[in-house]
Amino acid sequence: MSGSKCRVCKEPAIIDLPRHNANFCAEHLLQLCRRQVEKAIKDHDMLAPDDRVLVAVSGGKDSLAVWDILVDLGYHADGLYVGLGIGEYSDTSYEHTQAFAAERGLSLQVIDLRAEYGYDVPTAAKVTRRVPCSACGLSKRHLFDRAALDGGYDVVVTGHNLDDEAAVLFGNTLRWDVEYLSRQYPVLPARHGFPKKVKPLMRLTEREMAAWCIVRGIDYQVEECPMAIGNKHLAYKDALNAIERQSPGSKASFYLEFVDKMAPILADRSQAATGDLHRCAICGSPTTGDECAFCRLRERVGGHDPVPVELVLHGKARRAYLAGRQGAEG
Amino acid sequence: MLVRLRQPKREVTIDGARTVNQLLDELDMNRESFLVIRNGTLVPGDGRLDDDDTIEIRPVVSGG
Ligand code: SF4
Ligand SMILES: [Zn+2]
Ligand SMILES: [Zn+2]
Repeated sequence: MSGSKCRVCKEPAIIDLPRHNANFCAEHLLQLCRRQVEKAIKDHDMLAPDDRVLVAVSGGKDSLAVWDILVDLGYHADGLYVGLGIGEYSDTSYEHTQAFAAERGLSLQVIDLRAEYGYDVPTAAKVTRRVPCSACGLSKRHLFDRAALDGGYDVVVTGHNLDDEAAVLFGNTLRWDVEYLSRQYPVLPARHGFPKKVKPLMRLTEREMAAWCIVRGIDYQVEECPMAIGNKHLAYKDALNAIERQSPGSKASFYLEFVDKMAPILADRSQAATGDLHRCAICGSPTTGDECAFCRLRERVGGHDPVPVELVLHGKARRAYLAGRQGAEG
Repeated sequence: MLVRLRQPKREVTIDGARTVNQLLDELDMNRESFLVIRNGTLVPGDGRLDDDDTIEIRPVVSGG
């Protein structure tokens, strides 16, 4: 069988991690992941031991892994899942999330956009004529913020990993978007009625998170959101992975050295950028206008008949989606 | 060997034993973007895959 041995215990390895120039067995892969999360939490004051933590879960590998790791490390962490109404993708994402929570006896709160607010992501995209991710991101941010404050949580955890953050950094750097660069930090402190938000997976790659789930027997949503196919974020990730293949460790140094060296230099700029905030006339959330962006979106798109996913997909994403459905039927 | 692929789900058959890294290189798949699973267990880059194996090549990159 395989020749490679675990760096720690010399038993047969199950994974090679070129950026650590080493191989690991299942047990020591898990140990490495736990330690990286502990280091992120400690270095950036992400969580206190008795914090009440709300994890934003999607049913994908990263959010289920971060929930699993935090519970494993002894944190009190509940989950919140938002039903986005993106066809079969959302249905199976919900099933994975629900099964994960039930098997472990964890507390999961569910908010369904269509049932509770009268719209879903494809419909919002069609009516506003904007990309689906725009209405989706806005809705998720608002609902996680609200649920955290209403539920008395100290902090919201998201599953953003090293690859996600490196890809965002790459995009911001290609445009030298100083405003976005100054805000790209793994911790967002609580402010003006917004909860504290943290990214404990900032030191772990996507490949490591998928491996965590496989080793831990977590059955997650492997299929991609149909809206994401062909987007820029994926193109940046591919570019970074091509560099990583040639020069292991590049992604980690690109992002982690940014956080250490550049973020402090840029921090002054982001403080200056906080505008005048007051309460939304409808929901009471902090906003710069009379009504918050979520309430404006809801008023505009709520109550429309549901729009099927394929009607808001274009180009490569549409072809991939239709091919996938044919495969599933045939 | 029978190779299961995802995004979207499909299957291909490939003849002859080889290592995980050889297989990924032949399929022009970046090692950083995939994991190989056999019987629910991960197989490392130099792990040998045999002709009668059924494996999954799982993409790990997500765009959300
Ligand atoms: S890819 Fe876009 S539409 Fe899909 S879940 Fe992510 S943000 Fe929402
Ligand atoms: Zn070991
Ligand atoms: Zn509002």
